[in-house]
Amino acid sequence: MTLPFLLEIGTEEIPDWMILGALESLHLGFERAGIPHETVKLDATPRRLVLRAEGLPERQPDTEERVTGPAKSAPAQAVAGFARKQGVRPEDLSIESTPKGEYYYFVKKVKGRGTKEILAESLGGIILKTYFPKTMYWTGKGGPQFIRPIRWLVALLGDEVVPFELAGVRSGCLSSGHRRLGSPEIAVTIADYEQRLRDHYVILSAEERRDRIRAQFDGIRVKPDIALLETLVYLTEYPATISGSFDSQFLELPEEVLVTVMRHHQKYFSVEDASGKLAPRFVAVMNIDSDPQGYVRGGNERVLRARFNDARFFWETDQKKKLADRKSDLASVTFQAKLGSYLEKTERIMAVARELGGDAHAVRAAELCKCDLTTELVKEFTELQGVVGGLYARAQGEPEAVWQAVYDHYKPESMDDAIPRNHAGRIVALADKLDTLAGCFRVGLIPTGSRDPFALRRAAQGVVKIITEGKLDLSLEKYLADAALRDFLADRVRYYFKDIRGFKYDEVNACMAAGWGKLVDLEARLVRVQNLRLSPDFEPLAASFKRIKNILEQAKFTGPRAIDPGLLEPGPELDLCNEYRAIAGQPIEKVISRLRPKVDLFFDKVLVNAQDQRVRQNRLSLLGRLLQEFSTIADFSEIVTYS
Amino acid sequence: MQSFQDIILKLKHYWAERGCIIQEPYDIEVGAGTMCPETFLRVLGANPYRVAYVQPSRRPADGRYGDNPNRLYKHSQLQVILKPSPNDVIEQYLGSLEAIGIDLRQHDIKFEEDNWEAPTLGAWGVGWQVMLDGLEITQFTYFQQCGGIDLDLVPAELTYGLERLTAFLQVRDSVYDVEWTKGFSYGDVRYLDELQYSVYNFEMAEVATLWKLFELHETEATRLLSLYDPKAPDKKRFPLLPTYDQVLKCSNLFNTLDSRGAISVTERVGIIQRVRRLAVGVAQAWLDQQQGASAAQGAR
Repeated sequence: MTLPFLLEIGTEEIPDWMILGALESLHLGFERAGIPHETVKLDATPRRLVLRAEGLPERQPDTEERVTGPAKSAPAQAVAGFARKQGVRPEDLSIESTPKGEYYYFVKKVKGRGTKEILAESLGGIILKTYFPKTMYWTGKGGPQFIRPIRWLVALLGDEVVPFELAGVRSGCLSSGHRRLGSPEIAVTIADYEQRLRDHYVILSAEERRDRIRAQFDGIRVKPDIALLETLVYLTEYPATISGSFDSQFLELPEEVLVTVMRHHQKYFSVEDASGKLAPRFVAVMNIDSDPQGYVRGGNERVLRARFNDARFFWETDQKKKLADRKSDLASVTFQAKLGSYLEKTERIMAVARELGGDAHAVRAAELCKCDLTTELVKEFTELQGVVGGLYARAQGEPEAVWQAVYDHYKPESMDDAIPRNHAGRIVALADKLDTLAGCFRVGLIPTGSRDPFALRRAAQGVVKIITEGKLDLSLEKYLADAALRDFLADRVRYYFKDIRGFKYDEVNACMAAGWGKLVDLEARLVRVQNLRLSPDFEPLAASFKRIKNILEQAKFTGPRAIDPGLLEPGPELDLCNEYRAIAGQPIEKVISRLRPKVDLFFDKVLVNAQDQRVRQNRLSLLGRLLQEFSTIADFSEIVTYS
Repeated sequence: MQSFQDIILKLKHYWAERGCIIQEPYDIEVGAGTMCPETFLRVLGANPYRVAYVQPSRRPADGRYGDNPNRLYKHSQLQVILKPSPNDVIEQYLGSLEAIGIDLRQHDIKFEEDNWEAPTLGAWGVGWQVMLDGLEITQFTYFQQCGGIDLDLVPAELTYGLERLTAFLQVRDSVYDVEWTKGFSYGDVRYLDELQYSVYNFEMAEVATLWKLFELHETEATRLLSLYDPKAPDKKRFPLLPTYDQVLKCSNLFNTLDSRGAISVTERVGIIQRVRRLAVGVAQAWLDQQQGASAAQGAR
């Protein structure tokens, strides 16, 4: 007979974004405990983490343990003592022969432990090992740590409570309903658990909460926002939506500002009209079932109105001073203590933008790009830095190329984000990121492990993405003088082409070994190698190249000299040399099928390490030249071959 | 309709019934109720404590000359400290909202993660901002560290924004229209504070004088701290409370200098460190003094 199991960790409100990770970690902890089971189901609301499992055995299987006693030759007293210790008579003992002689032994039957007992011992540890990015004490210094205080514990195996205690809380069969709509103590069984919660206004399934919210969007053109939806699913136990509106005169403010206020500050969904334009409405998700009096709607509308009034006040105040006139104010905004102010950074970005071949628009955008840091709107809505600058630049009559470049220059903010939309924007974004990287590495602010306070990984990733996807024909070499920065960027290049673009790691290594300062060129070579790989001649040739490289390395070969035709042996060696001369300068794709058999034959028939030093040097030179011929595409010896 | 002072009286009464000492505001300028010795020093050590007080909290940079309907130079916080925090602390807190007439079956209440940190105090905690129909009405924090010291008992700190809460309950779009008591609006009582302090903080405060004052208070605090002797038999006489007042003065002067635009971002970090060093020094000495005192009591 097997039993179902239910564990509910009742807590105070867990931060929504930590919940899924916590469930995963809880699951892992349960699996590690090694209790056999058939299925596991995980659920959570802000106030509970729930693990349900089916098919647990009532007890572990019985086992036998062999206990060895004294030697057969031992005095009777010792034998009797051993038997007594095992709780049997001496005549119940058996004798076995071992290489060391004959010994008494006894086979002890060990009854399998009850699963309940094992769970009771291990659940406390499993719970406290749940991983959270940040934890707290609540019972006092040195006490247990968890994300938020644990207030109740339900632990049932079949019909019985699994008894244990954690942080002064005893496990039982009492759960808790919605804070205000439900009862604080509700008795549950495994069978009625979910229904009992529902009766007390807790929807256990996140999927059901999500569907419930979505269903209430019906008839409203809500702008899809999956991340916000997930946040709200894990901020509520019994969600319902309300639809509110705001004065349409606020639509004069930039949509970016309105949406940021609604989304980031109020967790509202934006709504659009039939033509796809922002409508003066919003949808909020509340943690109660309904709002019959309209209190919740009214309250949220007033809060939003106050927020929008603030935004409008900032928008209008900021316009009194042009973006360009704010540049000198950047002298008092520190970028980083050792790297000076944002004014200094601005000058550097402008210089780098010129170096990268930026036109007048790019340089102008570089000059303006950080000026919004002194505006009230950015002080209030820091997540809108750049965007706000772009909006002010547009309002103040800067050309489209300039304002768009300012607007976009923090992009891409992640690997999924787009790169800046125009050329000037790409140049400014690059210049900003390259300056940050160079500066931080110069003063030793190098990311370690998960510590990356200046988001240098993101900056480096942005550099790679902008150059490659923007097809910018420029070389990074000048910025790679610092060895640590060079390695750091190389890692990002490797990551981008391998993980994002799907090239094989050996292709990436091979092509990067032939240089990666020009990323557009690197990309083109990668595509070529990827295509070459389809040729049946490729892998054998790559293997031969690896062999050539090894031979040259072993010979401590310093570089090919002119090939002396007089020293070439007729046959495979001369053939290979002629082939080499015939194909020199041609793309590898065209010649690979001709070249491969000649190389194979050479290695088959010719001994490179000839007795005659001059012949040997001549052969090494031939191989060296051959290797060199294609090394501008890739170092083919890096290709992993299986032949 | 409940007036501003009705709400304050009801909340004080509510917490008094739950064993809190009702204190009056501390009589030195502070940026937040947390900075008052009733919180900053009392949360240290192993003695339970419960206190509630309304603290006018001054944020010079937030002043708006009385023009902005939602922003104030000086707002009123109801600060509640429950040390150690009771198991039903959230229920007690929700009860306080019901005590001022908020029917939580008709309103949406959410606890959204918001961890709190005060670098000048070497203090941090984890908790939430409590949202009522989309409005942040309370900061709820479980203190973990104060003055750089791990806390023996974990206190819950509840900080109610009283103006916001009242404007919400009275359905007013401007805090100045809030009814303080019958016949008097918030504006009648506080408008001049907002206007005049904004003028002083933004326009007229003499930067050189403020710096001089800052240094005088800092020097005095440093001097006193250097005299504290943990081994002195009569160390409970040592004036740590007055020393802490000097630190509070420094903190407020720092905020004023900041609003005057007299502190560059680079300097900022340095000044915060200077104030923090003093606050941490007082906290450590205070803990030592208290432990000495309770040890002496135990011996008697």
